Amino acid sequence: MMTALTKEWLEQRRTHRLLIVCLILLLFGLLSPLLAKFTPEIIKMVPGGEQISQVIPPPTIADAVVQYLKNLTQFGLLLAVLMGMGMVSQEKDKGTAAMMLAKPLGRTAFILAKAAAMGASFLIGTALAAAAGYYYTLLLFEALPAGGWLALNGLLLIYFSVYAALTLLASTLNRSVLGSGVTAVGFVILLALIEMIPAAGKLLTGGLLGWAGNLALGSAEAPAWGALWVCLGLIAAALTASVLVFRRQEI
Amino acid sequence: MSAIRIEALTKSFGKFRALDGLSLTVEGGAVFGFLGPNGAGKTTTLRILTGLAHADSGGAWVEGLEVGKSAEISSRIGYLPEEPAFYPWMTGIETLDTMGQVHRIEKAERRRRVDEMLEMAGLTEAGKRRVGGYSRGMRQRLGLAQALIHRPQVLLLDEPASALDPAGRKDVLGMIEGLRGQCTVFMSTHILADVERICDTVAIIDRGKLVANARRADLIARYAIPMLALEADDVDRLNKLATEVSQMGWAHAVAIEGRRLTVTVKDLAAAQRELLAQAVAAGLVVTHYEQVKPSLEDVFLRIVENGKESRQL
Repeated sequence: MMTALTKEWLEQRRTHRLLIVCLILLLFGLLSPLLAKFTPEIIKMVPGGEQISQVIPPPTIADAVVQYLKNLTQFGLLLAVLMGMGMVSQEKDKGTAAMMLAKPLGRTAFILAKAAAMGASFLIGTALAAAAGYYYTLLLFEALPAGGWLALNGLLLIYFSVYAALTLLASTLNRSVLGSGVTAVGFVILLALIEMIPAAGKLLTGGLLGWAGNLALGSAEAPAWGALWVCLGLIAAALTASVLVFRRQEI
Repeated sequence: MSAIRIEALTKSFGKFRALDGLSLTVEGGAVFGFLGPNGAGKTTTLRILTGLAHADSGGAWVEGLEVGKSAEISSRIGYLPEEPAFYPWMTGIETLDTMGQVHRIEKAERRRRVDEMLEMAGLTEAGKRRVGGYSRGMRQRLGLAQALIHRPQVLLLDEPASALDPAGRKDVLGMIEGLRGQCTVFMSTHILADVERICDTVAIIDRGKLVANARRADLIARYAIPMLALEADDVDRLNKLATEVSQMGWAHAVAIEGRRLTVTVKDLAAAQRELLAQAVAAGLVVTHYEQVKPSLEDVFLRIVENGKESRQL
């Protein structure tokens, strides 16, 4: 397992996946409080925007948190799909998986090492985004409760992991990167459709993000433990399915 | 104990039967040529032996361990696929070191083995460069090096030299030849010259079935049809002679290539008695006459083209 993990981690660094994840999450971590603060100013500069800006309420720390959550979830989801869709399928297609798996390297270790490496990249990226977001929110608004901010980012990481795990499953199911991408997008759409059902939506990533926003603002309202467990269950189920499918596959 | 034993192996892809009850045995220490035309089932057999593919029925054993039942097999084999693929972002040294780690070779020993393998593959200089920049020949040699990093007992090679230029082929075949006595080599190929050069035992597979399996010399002795060849300057008379010879009872087939007439014969003694006499009678001045030494290519073409002779010596 350690050999597979070392290889995957080296791959994250050498193929610039780590760098891309870190840069994009950091960028939006930085930009989110800035955008929240200066959106009325920006609108003022647009011809006819002054009237609109008058009806926009002055930005608050809650706007910074909402902006942070919105930006990071959108780009994090995109990154999870783009970074993960070739992880297994490309190795099968190019033949590197065959080279590795004809050796005493277990298929479970092969898959779990990929999941761990991708998780580590998102962990570092989220930590950078969290630090940048916290600092700029402090500069432009006020200090966020540190514990709540940490919890928000922890839940955000779980949110990324749900989509990363589903993309890894898509990549395991397919032999081509394109097929993996289509399947992963299919999973995302399916999840979004399920979230549209109010009862189910509370138990999925939407519920998780609502709770994350509350925690960041120091509110203990509406804890979404159900959503947390369902998301963790989804991650575990996707990884288990990836391992089981991969163990039966011909490479 | 045989190094490889395959029994009644079958494998289908949809309606296509890639392996149709294949059985064969490879003795330990042999350099075994696994010959067959494209699509005969060679790669499928190798992929089953490595555990990358699963047979529909039948079984295979490597060093006495059953494929699919014992994880230990992957430590005993070295495998070079037809087109070895590497992580382009790794250097040659990192590639071999990673493969050594997978085989759980201790660090100091691994370092020694990586250096040894790079030297054997002629990649000492290129070892620090990323594999993405390697030529086809370099990748093939690196492929052989990674397959040997853990000193396997059985080396499985899938068309190891088929896509290489003459210089690359010479290098790779030289490396394989150097392994004689160190491990059992099971090499699939459709290039007969490669087998003639390095293999001592040969199996021929066609449409998923074994059609011949013997020591190379025995195979040639048993299957090769004797041939006589003569050369003369007068092409018109040579053509006329060819027509006459083709009607003789001892002639199997006649071919003319330039000023050379080749006759595959059913009755060698009769042909030896009559061919030269007929040439002289036809007014030809014979500049060269020989009994052609049969090659593995002749045997292969005869067996494969005639189809389904399922024989084992």
